[in-house]
Amino acid sequence: MTDTITITLNGEHHALAGPTTARDLVSSIVDKELTAEGTPVDGSRLGIAVAVDGEVIRRGQWSDFTLREGHGVDIVTAVQGG
Amino acid sequence: MTWSVDDVTLNSRLVMGTGGASSLSILEQALEASGTELTTVALRRYDGQARDSVFALLQSLGIRILPNTAGCYTARDAVLTAQLAREALETNWVKLEVIADEETLLPDPVELFRAAEELVLDGFTVFAYTNDDPALAKRLEDAGVAVVMPAGAPIGSGLGILNPHNIETIVSRAQVPVILDAGIGTASDAALAMELGCTAVLLASAVTRAHDATAMARAMSLAVESGHLAAHAGRIPKRPLAFASSTFDGMVTPA
Repeated sequence: MTDTITITLNGEHHALAGPTTARDLVSSIVDKELTAEGTPVDGSRLGIAVAVDGEVIRRGQWSDFTLREGHGVDIVTAVQGG
Repeated sequence: MTWSVDDVTLNSRLVMGTGGASSLSILEQALEASGTELTTVALRRYDGQARDSVFALLQSLGIRILPNTAGCYTARDAVLTAQLAREALETNWVKLEVIADEETLLPDPVELFRAAEELVLDGFTVFAYTNDDPALAKRLEDAGVAVVMPAGAPIGSGLGILNPHNIETIVSRAQVPVILDAGIGTASDAALAMELGCTAVLLASAVTRAHDATAMARAMSLAVESGHLAAHAGRIPKRPLAFASSTFDGMVTPA
């Protein structure tokens, strides 16, 4: 069995079942399959960015970035404004 | 009649914001009626409701996206937000907005300037939302921002252009495009901004919160165009007294 990992996702506690990459997390949150480069398999544009503990994780690095206990993750997108 | 930023040529001199619209369909109609080619969005935490997103709407309309850093109070927050926007929306362009307080939403000059310096160094094309202060506008330009965007009046106030003289001074000394940003209430405000020499006008609430957003969007589009034409048509000087346009020669006088 694998240990649960708890992160903060967009300001709230979020439990991960086991080792999870940033790409896995984004994929589950937006409910889209992603390529190794972090782009949607369906060819659309994702319009999403990820920061972990205040540092932007580039799309191409999501697959290699494994989330750890206590990480503060923000997943952001465009909304109406300005 | 075109203008450009970073070798990107734009025909429309109306930059739209997307805030304040009551629905995406009203926003879509307003954006189309405005003829805009550049439109701002804000960046917020993904909440799962973004399926019919403003990002998808702007893509489908073929409108270039200008992400903003709305809501940021510090240079640190603004820089992170800009970096997230660059990653999410795949653009180096950013409308830098660093506000001082919630009541006025006016820019905090110190944090704004720090953020501008940092973002320019990081390769961003910075559209700096600033106070109507000619000295600060010049400092921002010297720091390397691509566009200076002085406020006409506080965001969403609809008070128009409170200090036309300052806007004119900013324009006259700028080597970069000046966009009048914030405070526009109605079409005459947008026309005035252009007559003062601004390159373009950025507005949101004036359209999105108007009773008929589509009609107001069209009005703003016409106002910006007519203001721009007037600005370059060589207006007549103002005179203290009348200057007859009909000749007095050949007047009919009673015998």
